[in-house]
Parts: sequence; structure tokens; C-alpha cells
Amino acid sequence: MNISIKLFAGFRQNRFKMEEREIPENSTIIDVLNQLGINEPELGVAMIDGRHVTTDHVLQTGVTISLFPKVGGG
Amino acid sequence: MSDLLTWLKERAKGDLLLWADQLSAANRYKISIREVEGVALENGLLPARYQRNRNMFCLDDQLKLYNSKVAVIGCGGLGGYIIEELARLGVGTIVAVDPDVFEEHNMNRQLLATPEFLGIKKVAAAARRVDRVNPAVELLPVGLAFGLENGKKILEGCHVAADALDSISVRLEMAEICQELNIPLVHGAIAGWYGYLMTQFPGERTLQKFFTHNSQESGLEKHLGNPSFTPAVVASLEVAEVCKVLLNQGTPMRKRCLSIDLLDMEFVEIEC
Repeated sequence: MNISIKLFAGFRQNRFKMEEREIPENSTIIDVLNQLGINEPELGVAMIDGRHVTTDHVLQTGVTISLFPKVGGG
Repeated sequence: MSDLLTWLKERAKGDLLLWADQLSAANRYKISIREVEGVALENGLLPARYQRNRNMFCLDDQLKLYNSKVAVIGCGGLGGYIIEELARLGVGTIVAVDPDVFEEHNMNRQLLATPEFLGIKKVAAAARRVDRVNPAVELLPVGLAFGLENGKKILEGCHVAADALDSISVRLEMAEICQELNIPLVHGAIAGWYGYLMTQFPGERTLQKFFTHNSQESGLEKHLGNPSFTPAVVASLEVAEVCKVLLNQGTPMRKRCLSIDLLDMEFVEIEC
């Protein structure tokens, strides 16, 4: 199935801002992270169509997911 | 006190109290500059240093700021700027918390990190700075690492807590204590070109939700470090939020998180 992936902040480095990807049915956010070479602890927030979702969220075809890195400095 | 008030009113230019007169009043009546400011504000006189505030904040607002107590947890990149801006705004009491001393690698970004302060406790430097910037503001230094065991005592009586920490797990402890004490929390975090901003009121768990899946690890900042400008941007956004919460004005960054990307100059709102 086809989904769109938007990356934000440091996740764009050596990757992309937005891309469409073909992924297997019943994939989760974690599967997408693996495909992108992002370790789960690096993730701040995942959103689907503008709403915050957890990493075990099962993706539907046609959705747009947005991934934001975790930031903890002060 | 009525003598003092008569004296202040005689010298006021319109309703403005000039700095020289505020200082003279403190010497003449053997009270602190801070106490003079309180008497002035309570009686319709505005210390002249705040005159450019007055089209945004009425005298009652300025008095409310004077009577406010704000905790700044962390006195590094974010904390230095937050303390500076709160002091210039006229927030009467600032509780500054940090266990560290200034080191050379702080000087690329931390407002209070100057060669003369190397090896000096960050909270001591903050107290000296505030005393120079606005002596009417009281800075209460707490040179300890903030945590569950001392957090309640540190935050007791504060109206807002500003997060300037560099640890996600301590942030979550801070959020729990704020919850318990019914204190609104303004969250800021930075790494390289990037940052986040969020304001959380008692009863909300936005921050906890945000970090639930991996609170123990550090973020992007470990690889990216921090430049001079990102802390200043995010700290200023935090102070704007603190100010709005204290004065109950505007729309805070509530139940949403602002993602700040200074490299691509993108500001994205995340609904939480």
C-alpha cells in the first residue's frame, strides 16, 4: 500500500522532506522507522494526518505520517 | 509609608517614577529598591524602566508581574535568557535552579557564561546578573539538581515553572510535581537548529504523552550540540508563554506543541 512520509528537523539530514513509499499491509510506525534507519528512541512524535499517534499504530493506505525527532537539550 | 508615598508622588514625572528617585527613596527610607517598586506600583506609579511595556500591560498587569514568582529549572542555554527576560519584564521573584558551574564550552551560547564567571556556580552568576539588570527583582538561587526528592519544596508558591532542563527524565519529574502543586508548566527544549515549545496546565498530561515511549534516552542535542541563536529563540518563546499565563492573556501553546526548525525556517504545530 502507498503512504506519504513527511520528515521534520534533523530527520531530514541525508533523507528527504517528503516522499511517497510503498509499504506492506498492516505496517506500523515502527516498521516505517526501521525502513528509514531511524531508531525508535530517536523519535519524538509521530503524527498521522495531523494527530499524535503511538508507534504501534497500524497504518492505513493513503495516510500521511509526519515524524519529528526527540529533542531534550536546554 | 505614607511619607514615602508623598515623597514618591512629589518626584514622579506624571505617573512615572524615575530610577534615580527609586534609588534615592530606598536610601532615604532605608528600605530595598524592591520595596519602593511595590509601593509605587500599588499606588499608581510606574517605575520608568517599564514605560515601553505600558501599551501592552496596564499598571495592574505590571503589579501582577511584580507579585509573581516564577521558577526557572536549569540555568544554561535556555535558563540564562529566560532569567534575563523575566527580570527585564519585572517579574518580582525568580527561583533559579541548577547544580553546575560555568565551563568553557558553555560560552558559545549561554548568556551568563563569560570568562569572569568560569568556575562560578550558574545560579550565583544569575543572581549577580539580575542584581545588575533589575535590582527590584529578587532571584532566589538553588544550587541543586532538581528532582523528585526536592522539587516540591523548590516549586512551592511559584505561579509558573519554566523548563530549561537538559534531561527528558527530569522534565517528566518536573511535570509530575507541577501537576501535584497545580502549577502551569512551560516546556522548551533545543538541539542544534531545532526546538520545541509547549505549555501545560494542571490536569493536562501533554508533555508526559509526548515523551512516554522513550523518556530515558537523550535527544538530538547529543549529536548536534547547540549554537548561540537557538536557545535565545526558544527561551524568548517560553518567556512570552510565562507572561501570558501570569497575566491570563492571549492563547498559550496548550494541548499542542510547536516544532521549531531554524534551518528550513519552519514552525509546525503538533496537535497533542
